[in-house]
Amino acid sequence: MAYPPEMQGSLKKVEASRRLRREQTFPRLDFAEKTTLLETYHPDFRPAEKRQIRVGSNKGDSAPKELVDLLESPGRLNPDIIDLTKVDYKTDILVVGSGGAGLTAALTAKEHGAEVLIATKLRLGDSNTIMAEGGIGAATLPEDSPAIHYIDTVVGGRFKNIPELVEALVQDAPFIVEWLTNLGVNFDRLPDGTYFTHMPAGHSRRRSHSVKDLTGLEIMRVLCDEIRNQEINVLEFSPAVELVLDDQGKCAGSVLLNFDTDQYIVVEAKTTIIATGGIGRLHPQGFPTSNHYGATADGLIMAYRAGSKLLYIDYIQYHPTGVAWPEQMLGLLVSEALRAQGAQVVNVDGEMFVDRLETRDALSAAIIRECGERGKGVLTPTGMVGVWLDTPLIDVIGRDGTFLRRFAGIHKRFQKYDIDPIKDPILVYPTQHYQNGGIQTDVHCETDVPNLYAIGEVQGGVHGHNRLGSNSLVDIFVFGRRTGEYAAQRINKTKIRKLSLEHLKAYNELLLEEQTTTDTVSPMLLPDYRFEKALMMVQYTKEPFRA
Amino acid sequence: MLNDIIKMIPIYVMGRKYEVPRGLTIQKALEFSGYMLKRGCGCRGGVCGACVTVYRKKGDYKINVGLACQTVVEPDMDLVQLPYTSANKALYTIKNTPLTDSNIIRLYPELLKCMGCNACTKSCPMDLEVMSYVSAAIRGDFAKVVELSMECIMCGMCAARCPAELSPFNIALLIRRMYGKHVIPPAPHLKQRLTEIAEDKFKDEIEKLKASDKPELETRYRELQATRGAAVAEMTA
Repeated sequence: MAYPPEMQGSLKKVEASRRLRREQTFPRLDFAEKTTLLETYHPDFRPAEKRQIRVGSNKGDSAPKELVDLLESPGRLNPDIIDLTKVDYKTDILVVGSGGAGLTAALTAKEHGAEVLIATKLRLGDSNTIMAEGGIGAATLPEDSPAIHYIDTVVGGRFKNIPELVEALVQDAPFIVEWLTNLGVNFDRLPDGTYFTHMPAGHSRRRSHSVKDLTGLEIMRVLCDEIRNQEINVLEFSPAVELVLDDQGKCAGSVLLNFDTDQYIVVEAKTTIIATGGIGRLHPQGFPTSNHYGATADGLIMAYRAGSKLLYIDYIQYHPTGVAWPEQMLGLLVSEALRAQGAQVVNVDGEMFVDRLETRDALSAAIIRECGERGKGVLTPTGMVGVWLDTPLIDVIGRDGTFLRRFAGIHKRFQKYDIDPIKDPILVYPTQHYQNGGIQTDVHCETDVPNLYAIGEVQGGVHGHNRLGSNSLVDIFVFGRRTGEYAAQRINKTKIRKLSLEHLKAYNELLLEEQTTTDTVSPMLLPDYRFEKALMMVQYTKEPFRA
Repeated sequence: MLNDIIKMIPIYVMGRKYEVPRGLTIQKALEFSGYMLKRGCGCRGGVCGACVTVYRKKGDYKINVGLACQTVVEPDMDLVQLPYTSANKALYTIKNTPLTDSNIIRLYPELLKCMGCNACTKSCPMDLEVMSYVSAAIRGDFAKVVELSMECIMCGMCAARCPAELSPFNIALLIRRMYGKHVIPPAPHLKQRLTEIAEDKFKDEIEKLKASDKPELETRYRELQATRGAAVAEMTA
């Protein structure tokens, strides 16, 4: 599965131009150029791929078609078969989802005296967090400051970020590095303890704190272990299928599904924290995704039906360096840290066409332009296309051994297919990576539904229209800590009245009124890749490629 | 959708035969065969440890272990996915548990039962030198444990196969956490920054930024980018 003969010619050109390119940089886009590039080539700016939502709080707003289909689907739960007077679990705080945000909120709420129950669709810790390679953005170096972090984040977010949320993000970020270190996370360090940091695209200072190329894995191992040490109750393979409100419209828990027995579980909770992550497995616009199997927008759908509003939900992040070859790895991510460490992005002729440190939205748009209109992409034997991420530069610029020391995991994954990224570049094409928007909340992450909170990727507003690298891995912990504490301090004031699923019935009736017709129910819970869909690696060629 | 170009090969899922296209991963081959994966599927990218799969090849006595999302199917592969592994996990308070031999043995006394059979190493789908880090733990070379176990995905295969009933991956996790918390020296620059934030050093500036308009922020950003220095840290980790 090494690079096939038809790609060898292009590889030779990349190798031939490397020595000269090494010393060169491509001119950075100015603000006007970037805007034009995005509006012409970025998938977010294709009106035909969106449609208007016809029901609920965001009625009239446009969103990706794949999401609107789910928003306009009836609930998978039949409210008439659930007896809400029979409660299986009572708890102060229910956390739905067990990625970085959910586990952090659970640990923090417990620390502040609350009783916590975690419900999660798959295993404890199954999440996008575990896949995060790059690092945690935090202004800890003397030449950096939270104010600079603020500027970078807001410019990267196209000035649409909610200022108070960004302020919380950048001011709390260094405390998160300390919190995780104290839990025993082995960040990359120098002998004197100084954190090793790198500068992902769009940032102006080195501030990404990494653990080799497995930052998320290391953090999640530690957090899951700590959840066990704290003896927090966890229900695995128990996805939430609907939120439960009380008769005053406040959130009062959730109905879960036992994936092993197909029985429903009723949870009554004074506070419910949704931390269910993103949208990738809906494959917006048919793109491959870097996301976890469980990223099916469940929390978004349930919160919307319960009355929460969505913000910037039509802005999706396509990560520029998704794998385009080998096929088996299609859509998986290679870390932005590769670019931070010197890997350039070049076309079929081995020429640079964009600076390697442009933000993700701009770089993705530039790659789509290069492979489409300009016809300078590299075609694979299966009809996929991509451009080269010139990874051999990392050992040329650093000293020999840099790649292996920093990116052993990436190296190992490619070696299984006889590709050595130290010697040969990696073929990349944008892959769906992140949901920039999400459920709208106040600064405490409380949604429009009282006692319902949203944190992590499912929440919207921190990152505006485009998130910077390393900012999600800090977002989840900052708002997990804040919300866990805030919610725990309020449980004594919260009284739960009669449990109700009336909102679900009302929503289903609205769907009937609007005559929406879908053949699905929601939340989706799991994507269906069975039978021919297992071959969907060839599906993505609907992008307008030109050889 | 299938046509003559796709070469089909036989595989056996828990003994039942299916024909699947060559070149698929085990995960996609299972899905192609009609399995809706609940247990046994996670990140689909080789880092979460959910999809560990045990298989034999026809005519071969050897038991192989691989991640379903990373391993390409071979003809006549006979496979089963492990839905769950049970493993011993000690409870402790990391703050009060410095990295010492006695703490490790107190929490995981079975560590000393290792008989050096190497079954753990042979069963690791990440090709980690599991037995080497278990030996390093026994002789107190904790830096080595951290180094050799860092890529562990916690799938639990080593614990499932160990005849001495160790849970090597949990022992390594304990040692890594103790190492990160108690051995690596604290960073002065972080302490300094936390003090500055606690003293509201950046509050006024951020207040101003929150009220700034787009051109002001653009100007500041241009200045910062001009002085950003090297993206690649001039450090060796």
